[in-house]
This record gives sequence, structure tokens and C-alpha cells, in this order.
Amino acid sequence: MTAVTDAPKQSFQLSMLINDTRYRGLTFQFIALVLLVFAIGYLVNNLITNLDDQGVVLSYEFLGQPAGYDINQTLVPYTSQSTHLRAAVVGVLNTLLVAFLACATATVLGVFAGVLRLSKNWLIAKLMAIYVEAFRNVPVLIWIIIINTIVTILPAPAAYRARGDTPADLELLFGGIAFTNRAVYVPAPVWGPGSGIVVAVFLLSIAAIFFLRRYATKQLYDHGRVVPTLWPSIGIFFLPTLLIFFLLGRPIGLDVPTIERFNFDGGLQIQRPLIALWLALSVYTGAFIAENVRAGILAVSKGQTEASAALGLRPGRIMSLVILPQALRVIIPPMISHYLNITKNSSLAIAVGYADITATLGGITLNQTGRAIECILLLMLFYLTISLSISAVMNVYNNSVRLKER
Amino acid sequence: MSDTHARSVAFVRKEEIPPAPPPASQAGVVMWLRENLFSNWFNSILTVLGILAVYYLVIWLTPWLANGVWDADSLSECREILDGTRGACFAVLTERWNQLLFGFGYPSDAYWRPALAFVLLFGAVAPILFSDLPRRLLILTALYPFVAYWLIWGGTIVVPIVAILGFVAGYVAYSQVVDRSFAGGALAGIAAAAVVWWLGGFISDEASGFLALSEVPSRDMGGFMLNMILGTVCVSLSLPIGIVLALGRQSKLPIIKGFCVVFIEFVRGVPLITLLFVANVVLAYFLPPGSNFDLILRVIIMITMFASAYIAEVIRGGLAALPRGQYEAADSLGLDYAQAMRLIILPQALKISIPGIVNVAVGLFKDTTLVSIISMFDLVGLIRGPILASTDWNGVYWELWGFAALLFFVICYGISQYSQWLERRLTTDQR
Amino acid sequence: MALTEEMNVDTSQMQISDEVAISINNMNKWYGAFHVLRDIDLTVYRGERIVICGPSGSGKSTLIRCINALEEHQQGSIEVDGTILSSDLKNIDKIRSEVGMVFQHFNLFPHLTILENCTLAPIWVRKTPKKEAEETAMHFLRKVKIPEQADKYPGQLSGGQQQRVAIARSLCMRPRIMLFDEPTSALDPEMIKEVLDTMIELAEEGMTMLCVTHEMGFARQVANRVIFMDEGQIVEQNEPEEFFKNPQNDRTKLFLSQILGH
Repeated sequence: MTAVTDAPKQSFQLSMLINDTRYRGLTFQFIALVLLVFAIGYLVNNLITNLDDQGVVLSYEFLGQPAGYDINQTLVPYTSQSTHLRAAVVGVLNTLLVAFLACATATVLGVFAGVLRLSKNWLIAKLMAIYVEAFRNVPVLIWIIIINTIVTILPAPAAYRARGDTPADLELLFGGIAFTNRAVYVPAPVWGPGSGIVVAVFLLSIAAIFFLRRYATKQLYDHGRVVPTLWPSIGIFFLPTLLIFFLLGRPIGLDVPTIERFNFDGGLQIQRPLIALWLALSVYTGAFIAENVRAGILAVSKGQTEASAALGLRPGRIMSLVILPQALRVIIPPMISHYLNITKNSSLAIAVGYADITATLGGITLNQTGRAIECILLLMLFYLTISLSISAVMNVYNNSVRLKER
Repeated sequence: MSDTHARSVAFVRKEEIPPAPPPASQAGVVMWLRENLFSNWFNSILTVLGILAVYYLVIWLTPWLANGVWDADSLSECREILDGTRGACFAVLTERWNQLLFGFGYPSDAYWRPALAFVLLFGAVAPILFSDLPRRLLILTALYPFVAYWLIWGGTIVVPIVAILGFVAGYVAYSQVVDRSFAGGALAGIAAAAVVWWLGGFISDEASGFLALSEVPSRDMGGFMLNMILGTVCVSLSLPIGIVLALGRQSKLPIIKGFCVVFIEFVRGVPLITLLFVANVVLAYFLPPGSNFDLILRVIIMITMFASAYIAEVIRGGLAALPRGQYEAADSLGLDYAQAMRLIILPQALKISIPGIVNVAVGLFKDTTLVSIISMFDLVGLIRGPILASTDWNGVYWELWGFAALLFFVICYGISQYSQWLERRLTTDQR
Repeated sequence: MALTEEMNVDTSQMQISDEVAISINNMNKWYGAFHVLRDIDLTVYRGERIVICGPSGSGKSTLIRCINALEEHQQGSIEVDGTILSSDLKNIDKIRSEVGMVFQHFNLFPHLTILENCTLAPIWVRKTPKKEAEETAMHFLRKVKIPEQADKYPGQLSGGQQQRVAIARSLCMRPRIMLFDEPTSALDPEMIKEVLDTMIELAEEGMTMLCVTHEMGFARQVANRVIFMDEGQIVEQNEPEEFFKNPQNDRTKLFLSQILGH
């Protein structure tokens, strides 16, 4: 960065450290480095003194000891005898689970709300505006608590039980879904022999649809022939899978939850804290995504629509060939950072008692072992890894779609 | 020849056509309804669904609001008064308003002090938000932190006055030296301020009774006031730090740039709650042994760190939006780095960044509710803890959470409307 | 372009002395691996008015930006008014205060009024008292014929007016040399003349000027020397009469035929 000039050779003088562009930068950086080292040294020194005073040694041995607490919603086998490390893994998976679910629903909700807010329908546009403003301007923590409270006033599982001759107060929805204040119970799939084939056929048909579309585009480009895709796609999506499903004698069954004395048995249980957190993060972030979607659509100028219409493109094609590709450039980057926000906001699980990583590692484990520094360091490392990998993905995307400009 | 006349293209209008009213289907209520609500079957379905949703909401809410009980001592008393009809129990708000707003530790005879500080806040912020106001009003903004500190925490007025004098002395020293060198000016300023504060320390110890308000310790701050304190203090502190970080990240010097990048990305990569955990249980390990920072101060440090990383990114966007020609013109006129930044680059970059900064501020203000998780009694913490746990009000969810949501909504919506107004003005300003 | 259009140029003051204003010796510059300036040798005497032309990408803008240290050169030396341009900040500051620069896109400061644009550098760099700086600024604004716009903001002015303010802003630093980097390229045709007139006036007062421009009428009327650059090298330089009438190098001929011939 510094220039090699053929200026007359000067002997080095101290003032050149400040006045010469070749050394000036180095001088400042050196000063900054010294200050930084001093600051870090000071903090570390305090840390060591404080740890010494309390006779504590930093160590991660506690991760191997039994955790001794229960977690009601786990994706992997876990008992109170499992280690703290195992509890942390359960927490990580739970964080990822709620983040994934909330990202999916928030996107759907946000896209709908964003598009509807631009609708010509006055009433719907206003309602969507109210939704967006109400959720954007109130803290997410308050929404999580409010939605948790709403979920709490659902009926107790006992309401689904018939007592003697009196029929139950409530019926299972579609004969298999129950909403209670403890959890939502849905039928769980049972994978019988041969179910793998059904799944494989289903995946294959999705691939087939993909290739059909590729083929159709190629036909259009090479020969100018239009190959119909809509109905064939729908056909390929359903028919082969259903056919093989019934031919193999319905290998995939459903385990419907049944009501026992006090609670449901069987089926898939989605515990209340998960539901509350999932819903709250979805509607909260959905409001932000709605704003992005709206901005993205508005960012594509009306001239683009008019120009494509003047070229004779039909509205559907205008949307898919001209508007969407441009709008997505605007929409996707903030969308990804909202996904990141969902992941970070999921740490508020602790407020409703959902066992995510912050609640297990940063909550109960920390309180039981007193290993504050170790736990929080691990916790931050986990979130940092997720954030940095998502930003890496985002950078790749940004570079790939950047408009080629001079 | 008549043939040619008939085919002639020449035409001169002899009389004007007066404007006529449009056909009935193109005007009035009918047209508005058709265009806006029932333009096709899909829209019609949406409209009907929307009307139904609003209808049920109104049907459900109206009696609840209308039957609301405002005067009772407990939930059970509310229920007695309601006598089976559906209605809200707003009595919890009338009975506990002081706790909700000021926390349960703040002395009730001093409520006027934070209230006054809150009112003054508008006066202090106005000159920043509305650039049409005379610039001289900014002096009020500069004085506000000291006045607000004195009002809320109490103690002798000598302390804030000494603090102001320190800043004034620092500024005077700085402006004496800055002509020669910016770095020298900054050093001289810091030195002068330090001397004044050191000397002032003795005076304020002596005159601890002079114009003194009763002192209120930090742990007694609570309720919505705590959210406001954390929000304003952290946003104002994070602005200068954010500017420095943004400039550092733009710098060509690898060590300085690297430090800023690592700091910003680290803070933005972790949730605020983990930083609050740090404030709660870890930060004490890094402070000198025996020092005793109270929790509110540690929380302020961490939230400020958090906010400054986000503000730095906003300002970096503003810096990047400036054309390179501005830097070159400043260079070619012979301005040095400090002058170019202070006089040319930052005034423009900050102006572009204001809407973004306001968004960060709103987000941060909402996030101050997270302190309830490390058991501080802000608005949310108070509702979750003391109020809902009390035997009198156990179960009054909707009224309390509705009130909390409304408080935040009013302030955040107000600020975001301001930011949108500003954005519109910025786009029309730039010609 | 308007080669035949006559401009009224008063040449009485336009004298070239023997004093060297700028001397560039064997200067080379690379952008990464790309060799933008190759073995540039150029001596400018006080009072000279030099027009530099050439196809885009030929390095002409880079050359004059090097003189003002906006770009760093890697080999050779540049000496301005006896100060050698080195990495020493003091020298860079000295040269920048001697040399005024006018940009293609004006680069006025949009958040400052016209008057503030003009007084900023004198106050902060030259430490001129504000009142005096304002008087100087008004003097030069009158000279570029827009004193009445002093309290407006750059955004409220036309392109031609902005460029004249930019010239006045440079003049307020009392430079002994002026560099112009395509000052009329970003302007609408009807505004070019007002800027050229200002530049001619400057030339008539004996200002040393280096001007990158495609205004061949200006080159012919005002310049005492025309330099043609291509691919980072000085290909040809001559007095304007000879340069236009009798170009020697094939590349010069091609360029002139493209820019002049219709």
C-alpha cells in the first residue's frame, strides 16, 4: 500500500513515524495494538486474580457429569441421568427445531401478509397493515408471553375423555388431533416394512417433475415448442406414490393419540412451550418479513411490468420471468437476516420453559454447576457458529445475484 | 370535389365539449366498493372473511372493555363486581400504576422527578430529530443527561455541575490545541476534563448537601422507567462508539479494521440474552477485584456494546453510500483525515443513516425487556414477578399484558412514524 | 467538435516563464498488474496552459491525479513548485495547497452552502480567519459570476453553476497551478460554454493549467501545448496549430479523425 518513490534518499528520522505515509499507518496500528494488548491483559489479569480469590479453576469436566434434571421435549433419547453434554445437545437440537419451524411459518405468513398488504382490497390491506405494525412495535418477549398465555387457556387433556356415559366435552379434530394446554397431539407416522420404497418413489417423482420442467424449457429454447407442464406435474406428484402405497398394502400407518386417564398416549406430542415459542416467533418475524416482501415488490419499478407487457408477455410470465427474479434480489438478503434473528430470538425460550440451548446450558446447567464462564462461552460459540455460517451463505448468495454493472 | 371534401383530414373545433359526470358505475360509493372490495371473486371472499374477523373481534372485545372494572382491590373483588358478566379488570392498572411505571422501590413522593425527566426528554431530543429547529437548542440536548441524572438518581446538584464543567474545560482545551493537531487536541481535552473532575470530586464531597434531592439507589429503578432509562442511555452511549467502530471498519489499517470487524461480528452473532448473562454472572470476573459495579451499570455496559455494533453497521452503510468524489475533493483541498471525516464525510453519512439508527433504537428499546430474564424488574419483569404472583392479582393476564404492549406500541410506533417521515424527507431533499 | 467556433481570448497576460512549475521524471504507475502510466516525462513551466487528450483509459486522468497525490505512483519522481512528492505527509499537504483540482463530477459538498464550500479549506487548512475567508470566497464567486447563489446549496444549482463553484472553491486556496479533470464532460451542451469561459478567464490571468478535456476548440484557442496520450504513454505533444494541422503519429491521426471528423 505504500509507495516506493525515488525521492532523494533520506536518513530515517523519528518524525517520519507520524509524517510519512509509509510509516504513519504502522505507527497508529502499533499504538492501537499496544492499547489492545494492555486492555486484554488488564481484563485477563482481573480474571485470574478473581478466580484465584475464589479458588476456581476453569474446566469443562462438568460436561461429563450427570445432569440430574428432566427435559420434557427431546429429539434424542435423554434422561435425568444423562450428562450435561447430552443436555446441551438436546438444547442445541431444540433450538434448531424451533428456529427451523418458525422460519418456515414466518416465511409463509410474511409472504402472504406482504402481498396482501399491497392488495387493491382496501379492507385486507388495512388489516395487514394493522398486523404488521402491531407486531413490529411490541417487544417479542411480550408476544411470547401473551401467546404462551393464550395457549395456556386451551382445554386440559381431560376434556377429551368421556366419563362413564357422558360423552367427552371435545372431539379429536379429524379423529386424531387434540389441542390441549399441555401439548398438541397429532398422529405420528409408523414406518412399516416397505415404507422406504414409498418414500423413494415419492422423491423420484419430485425429481421427475424437475426434469420435466427442464425438458419443457429446453424444448422451448431449441424448437420453440411449448410442452404442457402443470397437469403432468400434478399427476406425477400424486399418482406413482399413491399407486405404490396401495400396491404394497399401505406400509405407512398412523399412530393416533388416545386419551388415557389423565393424559394422551401415543401419537406425536408437541409440548406447549414449543407451540407458544414457535407461534410467537412466527407471527412476530412474519410481520418483519411482510415488510420486506412489500418493499421488494415495490422496488421493482412499474416500468418493468409495462415493458414486459408491451413485449407481449402474459401476467404469469411477467411475474415469473421479470418481477420475481428482481424482487427476490431485494427480498432474500433481509429475509436471511430475519432467519438469523429468529434463531437468536429463540433464546427467549427460557421465558416459557422450552428447553433450548440457552435454557439448558445457559440456564439449569449453569445454575447447578456454577460454571458461568465456561457455559456462557460455549453458548456464545454455538450462536456465533450459526450466525457466521448463515452470513457465509448470504455472502455467497449476494455475490451470485449481484447485478453485473460497470 | 365533394368527395375530397369528405375525405379531408383538416379539422377545427368550433365549440368546447363540457365535462360530463361519469356513468354511475364509475363514481361514488358503488364504484369505490367495487374497485376496492369486490373487484373479483377472490377479493370478495377476502373482504367477507376480513369483515367477519373484524366483527368477531369487536363482538368479543366490546363487552370486555365496556364492562371493565376500574376500581377494586383484587381480582376476586373484580369478579364480584362483574357478577358473572364478561369484563376486564382494569383495577389492577389503577392500583398498581405506580409500580408499573416506576418500579416498587422508587420512593412515591419522588415520582415527579422521573416524570419531569421524561417530559424534558422530548425537549432534549427535539433539536436532534427536527433539523429545522435552531441549532442553538442543541445545548439543551447536551445539558439533558446531567439534569436527568440528577432528577432520577438524586444527590447534590454539584456532581452533575462538576461533570458539565469537566466537559466544558475539556472542550476549551481541545479547541485551543486542535488547530495544530487533532490527536493533541483530544489528549489535551481529556487531560483538562480529568483534572476538573478530580478537583470537583473534593468539592462535591464537601458540598454533598447543596441543592440535594433524596438519593435513590440504582436497584430501586424499575418498571417502564427502567426500560426508558436503559433505552435512552444505551442508545446515546452507543452512537459515538458506533461511529468509531464504523470508521475503524472502513479503515485501511489491517489491525484496527480487524479488531472492529471481529467485535462487530461477534456482538451481532450472539443473542442479547447471552450478553445479559455475561453482565449478570461473568462480567464481575473481569472487573478489578473488590470493585462493585451494580447490576444496572453492568447491564448498561453490555447493552451499549450490543447496540453500538448494530449502529456501526448502519453508519457503515451510510459511509459506503457516499460517492468517492467526496473523499477525493476533501483530499485535494488538503484536509487531513480528522478534518475530512468531521467536516465532510460524517455529517453526510450520519444524515443518511438516521432512519437506520432510529430503527436500531426502536429494536433496542424493545429488547430492554430482556433484562426481566436476568431478574431485573422492568415493566415485563414486574408483571411476571411481583404483580402476577401476588394473591390479589394472580390471573389478570390480559389487562396487564395489553397495557404493557400498548405502552411499547405507542412509543415504538411513534418513533417509526418519525423515521418514515424523515426517510420521505431525505428522498425529496436530494435533488 | 466546435473547432471553428471562435472564442475571444486575450493573450496579453499569457506569458510563459522559464520557471519550472511541475517536473515529472520517468514516472510509472501500475494498478495491480496493469501498467497505467509508462515512463512519463513532462516539464510544465509557469504560465503554461496544457491540454491533455486521448482515448478513454489512456491514463490522462490518472496522470493529473498523481500530481495531486490522489493516486500514488510507484516509480519516478514528481516535483511540484520545488517540492518533491514523497510519502511525507508534509510534502503532500504542501503540494495540495499549491495545486487546485476540478473534478468531472464537481464533488461539491452537498451538505454545505456554496459559501461554506468555498471557505471550508481556507479556514481549516490555511487557518484564515472566517471573515477574511468569506471575503475571498465572495471575490472568486463574483469572478465566476454567481455571487448571488452564495447561500444556496449545491443541489439547487445547475451543473454549469456547480462546476463554476468548484473552480471558485479551488481558487479560494490561492493555488499556483490548476488541474482540470474533464471539467465539462458531465455537463449539458448549453452549460459547457459558461465553464469554458471561466477557464479562459483564468488562463488570461496567467494561471498555470493542466487540463484533461476533449474540447478541441478550447485546446486550439487557449492551450500553448497539446499532449496526446494513449495506453499510458505520451504519444505526441506539440503546439496546438501544428498538433491539429499536422499530427505525426498514426494513433494521433486516428484519434483526431474520430473526434473531429464527421
